[in-house]
Amino acid sequence: MIDIIEKANKEALEIIQNGQPTLIGLGVAGEVIPGMEKDLFLHAGPPITWEKMSGPLRGGVMAGLIYEGLASTPEEAAEYAASGKLRFEPCHHHDAVGPMAGIVTPRMPVWILENTAYGNRAYCTLNEGLGKVLRMGAYGPEVIKHLQWMESVLYPVLKETIEIHGPIDLKTMIAQAVQMGDEAHNRNKAATSLLIREIAPSILKTSFSNEDKIAVLEFLNSNDHTFLNLSMPAAKATLEPVGKVKHSTIVYTMARNGTEFGIRVGGLGNRWFTAPAEIIDGLFFPGFTKEDANPDVGDSCITETLGLGGFSMATAPAIVQFVGGTPKDAVRYTTSMYEITTEESKAYKLPPLNFRGSPTGIDIRKVIETQVLPIINTGIAHKDPGVGQVGAGIVRPPMACFEQALEAFVNLLEDEGLLED
Amino acid sequence: MSVNDLFKQELKVVNLGLKSFYSDLKSQGVATVQVNWKPKAGGKKNMLNLLSKINKVKQS
Repeated sequence: MIDIIEKANKEALEIIQNGQPTLIGLGVAGEVIPGMEKDLFLHAGPPITWEKMSGPLRGGVMAGLIYEGLASTPEEAAEYAASGKLRFEPCHHHDAVGPMAGIVTPRMPVWILENTAYGNRAYCTLNEGLGKVLRMGAYGPEVIKHLQWMESVLYPVLKETIEIHGPIDLKTMIAQAVQMGDEAHNRNKAATSLLIREIAPSILKTSFSNEDKIAVLEFLNSNDHTFLNLSMPAAKATLEPVGKVKHSTIVYTMARNGTEFGIRVGGLGNRWFTAPAEIIDGLFFPGFTKEDANPDVGDSCITETLGLGGFSMATAPAIVQFVGGTPKDAVRYTTSMYEITTEESKAYKLPPLNFRGSPTGIDIRKVIETQVLPIINTGIAHKDPGVGQVGAGIVRPPMACFEQALEAFVNLLEDEGLLED
Repeated sequence: MSVNDLFKQELKVVNLGLKSFYSDLKSQGVATVQVNWKPKAGGKKNMLNLLSKINKVKQS
């Protein structure tokens, strides 16, 4: 006999361990994302209104409106966004995830993934590269021009490439990258290289001009974060079925909208537990300081929710040059995450820890009991719209999210008469 | 062994709790380690109460 929570968590961990995230193609957001409509933009993190959006989210929305042709200047875009003509919903409510601001507009091309073990899908835009980019809240002409190139060249070439190549098993690719020094959140150098190696012959087989093929290969190769927009939906696709496991205390979503941090727990379904997002402790680009930083933003900590990213930093010592700390800290971060997780991944093995599986299955009870919060490594956006990335660092969620979730969980059990007197 | 005999030997200290005890001994050159320990749920009564309740969940 085991209690109903242990039984539910066993099922949740089976889902996590058995998930098979697979890249199956590309499409246009408005055509393939469930519930996507012309007057709807998706954003990172828990639900939020325009009035409460932070700078990077507002900047991303403004860039999206200019890109969609609904505004021609940032001022017009801000006016449009505030007019009520545009609706905002979390990516997470539409089987999608988005890094940083996480803005998805109907015209944007997206990767399409399927968790072939459970049949659910996940979607994510294509990564734009670093610096002045929409996801960091920038909206200048160079940002829009680059998005247009992604739509007119990168997308059709990659779409035909995957049609020629066929589905790609991302679980195996991430598992391999984790053994090559990636943690699949802020270090995706190995996985990006593996992806290019896998698809390069198919790119050459497409019907496009050599000029376009070269431009696509050069862009993919120039951007070490190309794979981030695949590791994120891979984690999302793997975790999503946990949201339907009744009585599970396992966290299946962690996400931030730049104003609030939110979590969702298996047994509590789609309900968000939120608290103000934290300021990130990190390394800043020349000319910027902590004063410039926006609070924590983005859906990318879906990688940590699965046990990658900050949870697997032991395997990625090079990451500390980007987010701060020492390789010893990286090992300490990973080791401490075993305190709040349920199992070790059977797929993602960490060489510096004698090939121990990454810590996976965050249990809200363990977080409260140990007072150890999940560790997240992340990019830092400027607090004002229009600027972009200013650094990268380490952050943790607010404890209040986990406290509220535990309270809601106990209330649910009481209401259902499932607690012994 | 009596306490007096213990203090005549070289001390090796494992400190649990307030870090200042560890820091003072370390500054005096005593071999000391600090245990990374916190009271359950940080000692928060409302959280301890919730944990106690959730531990009484029924068997399946």
